[in-house]
Amino acid sequence: MRRFAQLYAALDDTRATLVKLAAMHRYFATTPPEDAAWGLFFLLGNRLKRVIPSSRLRTWLGEATALPDRVIEESYAHVGDLGETIALLFDRDDRHEPAEDLPLHVCVERLQALQNSDETAQREFVTQQWRELPFLECLLFNKLLTGSLRVGVSAGLAARALAEHAGIDTPLMQARLMGDWKPGVENFATLLARDASSRPVSQPYPFCLASPLEDAPASLGDPADFLVEWKWDGIRGQLIRREGQTFLWSRGEELLDGRFPEIEAAAASLPDGTVLDGEVLAWNAQGVMPFAVLQKRIGRKTLGKKVLADAPVVFRAYDLIEWQGEDWRTRPLSERRDQLERLLAGADPAAALQLSDVVRAADWSDLALLRETARERGVEGLMLKRLDTAYLAGRKRGSWWKWKVGALTVDTVLLYAQSGHGRRSNLYTDYTLAVRDGEALVPVAKAYSGLTDEELNQMDRWIRAHTLEKFGPVRSVEALQVFEIAFEGIQASSRHKAGVALRFPRIARWRRDKAVADIDTLDDLKKLLPSP
Amino acid sequence: MDLITVTDKGLYCPAGDFHVDPWRPVPRAVITHAHADHARTGSKHYWCSKPGLNLTRARVGLGGGITAVAYGQRFTLGDAQVSLHPAGHVLGSAQVRIEAHGQVWVVSGDYKRDPDPTCAPFEPVPCDVFITEATFGLPVYRWQPPEEIAREIFDWWQECKAKGECAVLCAYSLGKAQRILAELMRFTDEMVYLHGAMTQLVKAYRQEGVAMLPTDAIGNQPKFFDWKGRLVLAPPGAAGTPWIKRFKPASVGFASGWMRVRGSRRRQSWDRGFALSDHADWDGLLKSIEQTGAKRVLATHGNTDALIELLRSRGIDASELNTEFEGEHGANRPLDAAEEASA
Repeated sequence: MRRFAQLYAALDDTRATLVKLAAMHRYFATTPPEDAAWGLFFLLGNRLKRVIPSSRLRTWLGEATALPDRVIEESYAHVGDLGETIALLFDRDDRHEPAEDLPLHVCVERLQALQNSDETAQREFVTQQWRELPFLECLLFNKLLTGSLRVGVSAGLAARALAEHAGIDTPLMQARLMGDWKPGVENFATLLARDASSRPVSQPYPFCLASPLEDAPASLGDPADFLVEWKWDGIRGQLIRREGQTFLWSRGEELLDGRFPEIEAAAASLPDGTVLDGEVLAWNAQGVMPFAVLQKRIGRKTLGKKVLADAPVVFRAYDLIEWQGEDWRTRPLSERRDQLERLLAGADPAAALQLSDVVRAADWSDLALLRETARERGVEGLMLKRLDTAYLAGRKRGSWWKWKVGALTVDTVLLYAQSGHGRRSNLYTDYTLAVRDGEALVPVAKAYSGLTDEELNQMDRWIRAHTLEKFGPVRSVEALQVFEIAFEGIQASSRHKAGVALRFPRIARWRRDKAVADIDTLDDLKKLLPSP
Repeated sequence: MDLITVTDKGLYCPAGDFHVDPWRPVPRAVITHAHADHARTGSKHYWCSKPGLNLTRARVGLGGGITAVAYGQRFTLGDAQVSLHPAGHVLGSAQVRIEAHGQVWVVSGDYKRDPDPTCAPFEPVPCDVFITEATFGLPVYRWQPPEEIAREIFDWWQECKAKGECAVLCAYSLGKAQRILAELMRFTDEMVYLHGAMTQLVKAYRQEGVAMLPTDAIGNQPKFFDWKGRLVLAPPGAAGTPWIKRFKPASVGFASGWMRVRGSRRRQSWDRGFALSDHADWDGLLKSIEQTGAKRVLATHGNTDALIELLRSRGIDASELNTEFEGEHGANRPLDAAEEASA
């Protein structure tokens, strides 16, 4: 675990890509494969299932440190990270560090075995690690324990480091890492193999991601060079048909098998060796349904008749990345699209496998007008894909653009603030914001981002100076600060006090020019609700 | 009867009719140390410790009279017997012992327990009531020995040198900067370069006989001076300003107790953090309180809640005293460059 702790610290210490790569090279070069496989697992952003609930850890922490609960709570609120709080509390001069390093894979095995132990054995093991592990390793151990380990690299950069270590191309490594890669000595050796070994039948390709279009679309050149589509608001998916089997992957590389039987049934008609890129959407005779409807299906494995009838789903395909068992990603989009259209040409429009339509317009200004209709069509905007480009892995600027409609905005007032986590610990950054409802102020959103560091610091001082009450880590403040928040959508919600729920709310601007009398009302917000 | 109460002007002793570290002008002010939130201008007459005289005079100006008192020497104000005792915070820092009406109260000012070659060590003073600071009053704050931190700073400087970078270390102009210059004498005798806010303060320390590395002002260097491999000390407020660009390529570190917690360091994007503080850590606070034997403790500034909770669990009558003291900057508030520059 020592090597991984050193890697973790090195990645945490720098923002320079080359330094991060060098740290990962060093790690892969010096670490035995049984540990490096797990190291890679975490570098790719995977986490262990949480073994022990944090409430239980806090109880043990109180017992092991003999500190009053309140003192531990204050410490946690201040540090903003339970794993770090524990590591700090046990980082004492009088600690007896073990001579032997606990190898990462052994640590993981023991943690996984803990799930079946009784509480006494769990506590015994965990508190012993707290007392013995050096600070950084203790921090890591806690993060593994709570399933909250985050390493300071993207999965793409980790794949690049491993590819360079193995002496193979990064895209090949990314492809090998796709799907549910399981850490282990053999799998790790397969990753590093220089020859193209056989891939599992279910293995997906890395998704091609679009960049947000910030400049005027005219900056992209001639609209005739682009394939234009609606930007759907569903689940991005990759539908694989190989060797008589169907696999549906989400963009988060999660296998969605069994969740959407309609789609799997429709995919059975595809020839073997076909991989489609597209969107899972809730869809009825009138067309696309709100994301909230699709949400009823997400995470549900047993599907009753009612759910299937209320929330029917389709897969709308917009790209063909494997055809007749051949990787088509290097072919231009125009060729891939032609073949996709031929493939799905005769399909029943009511079937669960559909062709995503192309948006046609004479020029950018016509497209801009169409884009304005996005919200009423239930889409997020337009996708602009350059017709002559290959299907690239990840977000590479220039070939795919998302041109979303502007967000909705509303002026709100700050009611409560809570300190953040990680780099925002001990800083009041998480805001609960309200609109007016008659004389009352009703919370409508929690927002965590949108202000600059400088503004966050100013607000932090303001919050401390204008606190009305403290509720543990939360402070209520005088209702004086107005923020304009932006959000992607709004829906009726019985779970929220205001009766509405906002999608992706974030702070657009700090309206120092506005007073609380100027903020929007709940009625203003409800006018934005989609008509039922 | 309480020997100290809080008024809108600061901590007030009715028996002696004087204030301790008042934040508004008063007739009589006893000053614990020369940091801006403790030594303010405008009062008629000041008392401070002998080693702190030059620093206090520089801070409060020449407007009021100043009486410098040796540590431990008693003097009378009204009905109160007053004396100053070393607090170990910065040069000349003092605790104020007040005896009147058969009681002894001690106002700690800011203090620490770790060894510091630039000032006299904290002296536990037995008392009935102890008014303590609580800047780092959380058990997550425990300091490593200062020589270990000094070693880390020196190693970082050498790493910068090897990489062809300038090592810019941000630190409090009064106290921390001089402590670093003194601690680094263990490893080197190389010149260190100072921001303008520090030169006078370093000079004042030298006048009191504190041994430190040789220093020169940044402003004295020629225009195209090669900063590679040099160590530069600057107030924290200088970070992120155009002024600091001249040292590029540079690694910018911060020496502050807050650097113990990763979030503080990452938020402010310091390249390196060194948890070196002139305040007592959690164990230091508890040990000091215990050594005074005080049955009643009033916590003035910082993370008072946890400290009070723990003291109460040990049967001590502990509560909060609301003051305008600020403790150590750098946890959340951006450092005010102008304020630091005047230090």
